[in-house]
Amino acid sequence: MKNPFEQLDRVLEHRVRLQIMSVLVANDSYDFNSLKEILNVTDGNLASNLKALEKEKYLSVSKSFVDRKPNTKYKATEKGRNAFKKHLDALEALLKTQR
Amino acid sequence: MKEIHDYQSDIASIRSVMERSVKFLSLSGLSGVLAGIYALVGASSVYYLIYYPYSPFGFRFYYVNEQAIVVKLMLIAATVLILSVVTAFVMSQRKAKRMGTSIWNKTSKELLLQLCIPLATGGLLILILVSRGYFGIVAPACLIFYGLALINASAFTVREIRYLGFSEILIGLIAALLPGYGLIFWALGFGVLHIVYGSVMHYRYDS
Repeated sequence: MKNPFEQLDRVLEHRVRLQIMSVLVANDSYDFNSLKEILNVTDGNLASNLKALEKEKYLSVSKSFVDRKPNTKYKATEKGRNAFKKHLDALEALLKTQR
Repeated sequence: MKEIHDYQSDIASIRSVMERSVKFLSLSGLSGVLAGIYALVGASSVYYLIYYPYSPFGFRFYYVNEQAIVVKLMLIAATVLILSVVTAFVMSQRKAKRMGTSIWNKTSKELLLQLCIPLATGGLLILILVSRGYFGIVAPACLIFYGLALINASAFTVREIRYLGFSEILIGLIAALLPGYGLIFWALGFGVLHIVYGSVMHYRYDS
């Protein structure tokens, strides 16, 4: 059997990134401020983690304006969904070995 | 290296974040109980307006068709509706504050939109039919469309709302089978059911 630790996604081991992907997998898209409210994190923290996920192409970004205010929306990509699912499977396998 | 309990709390946080990102959970149960009480008060004032001193359970040989009474009925219904909506808003806002979130967010907008589509459709249909003189449709149609609206919206909040929706539809259909008892079923659906489900939600989620 493969070592489940090796199956974990290094990018998603970070708690905030994992939470961002959870929200994006459960919803069509989510905007910056709504994410901030749900995750209860600072602007800077959220922005840098979104950047990291964008770099991995786990999410796509679309910018628009609502009432002249910038509105940034995030969507999980197919690659992001697969990575999230794989990471969850690895977490599951890992916890099973502990029982 | 992360410890095993870190991974366990990772999974717990995924579950919580997923649920909170989809569902509006600040809905106040107590406001449902109050809405039920308003509805019962409204229904009893309608009873005194129309039936008194006859029992509301007795079969009626007449029906409401006087302009003045119809206007009064609509005023009472509108008062109950507005009071209930305001109460739900204020109490849910307080609950949201306690939970550290806001009342106006992505989930509450989605909830309202899904609620309003069947509600507006039903409301307009009822107004059109009433304007043509089909007064008997009011109670069953109100209950049925309200039930459909709740089921439609229930994906975005606590699951009790779904069961409340099914109960409203059931009572609406029975009301349609038994014309002449509209007020009784209206009081059951908007009064008693709200009190029952509101209490369940209060004990489960309001803390």
